[in-house]
Amino acid sequence: MPKDSGIGASSKRREDVRFLTGKGNYTDDINVHGQTYVHFLRSDVAHGRINGIDSSAAAAMPGVVRIFTGADFEGVGGIPCGWQVTDRHGEPMQEPAHPVLAQGKARHVGDPIAAVVAETAEQARDAAAAIEVDMEELPAVIDMAAALADGSPKVHDDLTSNLCYDWGFVEENKEAVDEAIKGAHHVTTLELVNNRLIANPMEPRVALGDYNAGTDEHTLYTTSQNPHVIRLLMGAFVLGIPEHKLRVVAPDVGGGFGTKIFHYAEEAFCTFAAKAVGRPVKWTSSRSEAFMSDAHGRDHVTKIELAMDENGKFLAIRTDTMANMGAYLSTFAPSVPTWLHGTLMAGNYTTPLIYVNVKAVFTNTVPVDAYRGAGRPEATFQLERVVDKAAREMGIDPVELRRRNFIKPDQYPYATPVAVEYDTGNYDATMDKLLEISDHAGFAGRKAESAARGRLRGFGVCSYIEACGIAPSNLVGQLGARAGLYESATVRVNATGSISVMTGSHSHGQGHETTFPQVVAEMLGIDEAQIDIVHGDTSKVPMGMGTYGSRSLAVGGSAMVRATEKIINKAKKIASHLLEASEGDIELANGAFSVAGTDKSVAWGDVCLAAYVPHNYPLEDIEPGLEETAFYDPSNFTYPAGAYACEVEVDPDTGKVEIMSFAAADDFGNVINPMIVEGQVHGGLAQGIGQALLEAAVYDENGQLLSGSYMDYAMPRADDLPFYAVDHSCQTPCTHNPLGVKGCGEAGAIGSPPAVVNAVVDALADRGVTHIDMPLTPSRVWAAMNG
Amino acid sequence: MYNFDLVRPSTVADAVAALGDEDAQALGGGQTMIPTLKQRLASPSKLVCLSGIAEMTGVRSEGGQLCIGGATTHATVAAEAGSYPALAEMASHIGDPAVRNRGTIGGSLANNDPSACYPCGALASSATIVTVKREIAADDYFQGMFTTALEEGEIIREVKFPIPERANYQKFVQPASRFALVGVMVAKHADGVRVAVTGASENGVFRWKAAEAALNADYQAASVDIIDASADGMIGDIHGTPEYRAHLIKVLTKRAVAAS
Repeated sequence: MPKDSGIGASSKRREDVRFLTGKGNYTDDINVHGQTYVHFLRSDVAHGRINGIDSSAAAAMPGVVRIFTGADFEGVGGIPCGWQVTDRHGEPMQEPAHPVLAQGKARHVGDPIAAVVAETAEQARDAAAAIEVDMEELPAVIDMAAALADGSPKVHDDLTSNLCYDWGFVEENKEAVDEAIKGAHHVTTLELVNNRLIANPMEPRVALGDYNAGTDEHTLYTTSQNPHVIRLLMGAFVLGIPEHKLRVVAPDVGGGFGTKIFHYAEEAFCTFAAKAVGRPVKWTSSRSEAFMSDAHGRDHVTKIELAMDENGKFLAIRTDTMANMGAYLSTFAPSVPTWLHGTLMAGNYTTPLIYVNVKAVFTNTVPVDAYRGAGRPEATFQLERVVDKAAREMGIDPVELRRRNFIKPDQYPYATPVAVEYDTGNYDATMDKLLEISDHAGFAGRKAESAARGRLRGFGVCSYIEACGIAPSNLVGQLGARAGLYESATVRVNATGSISVMTGSHSHGQGHETTFPQVVAEMLGIDEAQIDIVHGDTSKVPMGMGTYGSRSLAVGGSAMVRATEKIINKAKKIASHLLEASEGDIELANGAFSVAGTDKSVAWGDVCLAAYVPHNYPLEDIEPGLEETAFYDPSNFTYPAGAYACEVEVDPDTGKVEIMSFAAADDFGNVINPMIVEGQVHGGLAQGIGQALLEAAVYDENGQLLSGSYMDYAMPRADDLPFYAVDHSCQTPCTHNPLGVKGCGEAGAIGSPPAVVNAVVDALADRGVTHIDMPLTPSRVWAAMNG
Repeated sequence: MYNFDLVRPSTVADAVAALGDEDAQALGGGQTMIPTLKQRLASPSKLVCLSGIAEMTGVRSEGGQLCIGGATTHATVAAEAGSYPALAEMASHIGDPAVRNRGTIGGSLANNDPSACYPCGALASSATIVTVKREIAADDYFQGMFTTALEEGEIIREVKFPIPERANYQKFVQPASRFALVGVMVAKHADGVRVAVTGASENGVFRWKAAEAALNADYQAASVDIIDASADGMIGDIHGTPEYRAHLIKVLTKRAVAAS
């Protein structure tokens, strides 16, 4: 019998009432008296020297309040990078300046050159079109290999080259890995591209800056996954505003997927300009602007080698990757191809020796940063593709080859050769479940039936593991993070027993307003409806780090549990006073405190009232009130893992791929709300299948974005996707957080691309196809078949 | 979008008069025009909306032909062109429901997007484009990508479709836009077979006459096996090479014949 409330119940998403009835409060819904509008004049060339900007005609146009250029930001900080990677030689990465508005050069199409603040958005746009920019176009640096070649034009003239860093991991293993590969029975090699993506959240970015000259207080309303991070980065590093004078509000946010983690120039501009012009300044991105100003994702070019013994036992892995940084370093860009990528290269396997080399490259393209999964999809894709290729080359069934190399349940905690320690898992269990729910046994019959219709059918599997619950602060500090990655929660019990939980996590689709109360309700034995979640406002919630990396429940939820435990401890003291019993005898169950072994009890609400109306209260021992805060810093990452299967049909005449079925068996540890977990998996699968079959951000050689609108950038639609068979009954609870949870937000996007590509390659194996680069468009599949 | 005046005439005569002004532009269903305006790629001083002209909407039969008013939406054609099932089927797969309930056949033919469906339907059907000034045979009407025989201010009042004995349209969609990456319509008329191709050529919709000859000799899919469409002049972009598009023309032609 499924529960109908508390932990494990599929409580309906309470936030959907307002989202589905138009009552949401998104950043663009917020308007402040006296508001002005900014339009950014963006570079239409990928690389150009700005020899002069004449805005005199524009400044005289109707409604123009003021026009800003890079010169207005002399002496203002640049957009900071939040992670410093140290290269193979112990040197820090090359870190270029990133001015709020371009100074000297424009470095990608979409780079903001000037900004017009006007009475209306249309007037701002009209005036921007009248600004005359004397732009000397320079050769664009687009291809990563060409960018690293001697004599390449430089994206940043003051850097020594376009190489951001050359990272080796684990550097001490390099020679041993080389030796193992040299002496192996068989080495499978694969060169592949992890295609560049654009996140495309439904809500484009918005920023609204406001300044109160009377109090010297700034407010920024922004579409962010982590308002405190924005406050810290922008306040401390860009504009020099102390935290107590800077409030950042991220209200309802319509999807983030990583691209709303980062601190963007438009946020700093609106905050700065609001004070400069003495009026609020609002920017609302158009969809076209989003394509050329939201940070992109992925964009790796990789060669991976897998060495095996005669039984298919993995001996060593060596990878060589070029990772595109784009024109500037976005907030967490350097960490994605390194610590979020190299540390996952062991996957689910016992491979003893691994060496990962990553060269991060500057190009004249939009900055690239974390996108759903961030580094882990790139690691999983190359690993699971090379394992599949190895299975074929070795004549071993791909499932069997994986099983031979799985870490076994009795090996935990398992220290990989790439610096992480998996606390728990059971990969055979999820693989067993996967084969069951995907009806693997019936595949041969379905393949024959497809063949009778002239279709080529393929079955592809993928095992995955990811590191979530980001992250232990002391560890990431050693790795170059310029921030801690704990989370915070304040549990405020009101006088009549209702509760407001202020969390540093931020919901932009994940359903925190539903799931977080389920946890507190379970702990206190009260109705979920008595509990509300407050998030997204630095003036309301304690300093928190926000939501990304499937961290909200594992880290933010843990902080909330710790704070609730403090509440329970204090409430028991109050109850023991009211019940005239020893504190040790007080039990909390079903929303009431009772004295063990007696019928004496006091209701939750009465204890709360006593805390705020302390007429009969142990004032000499404890303070009135019932409000507690906790900060939780995880001791390890969490390691969600699982196995995915995709079954496809390929039309040999056209190369069109149709997904016939898709199955996902995930181990997320304990599950709070199965319905929301399933929804998270569905969303991740849609984006992963989108990457595999449809999506690609493509630049031409001049740096123009060819896929700059939905006419050419193919987002997955409902009819591109199958119904999913999703299971999360295999549960090995996380051993080190109080809820035993692991995180589920990114898994779908991590495990699905290799499953899809493995399935298509399986379908075409008889035709000699060993690999096709994503997206597997009909044109590419047809070319591979007829290559 | 720049400012413009909007007029909504209720008769063809009023529309023609309104279009006499300099920089006036006809507005059909607006499915191309409005996005173009929003991107500030056009700046007409006046838009003349054709959707309120009763005499330009609706589907009727006359002399064995299907006559569709120029301001008739795709959704209406899909629902009411039952006497020409292949054309109704084509209309039912243009764009999405929002597009089909705003976009019009006259707007599509006047725009002549190289990947649109209706130009292919009109050319394969040997349709007649009836304007406020004259009647234009489909073979004379389409003059290259986004180019037609229409003169400045000339409105498509109606399109007359002879109903073929057999016909079928095969659209292979471009994954992002869902326009035709390649679309082929085969129509077998009493006086011969016509094969029209959209989406593929840098010169817009065209007739694949080699396939027509093969099918006139023997109307079956296998007749197309021995000929190939040339990749010369085919579109190459991020969605497909010229060779791929040429290959699809043949595949889709065979499928259209088989399904007709």
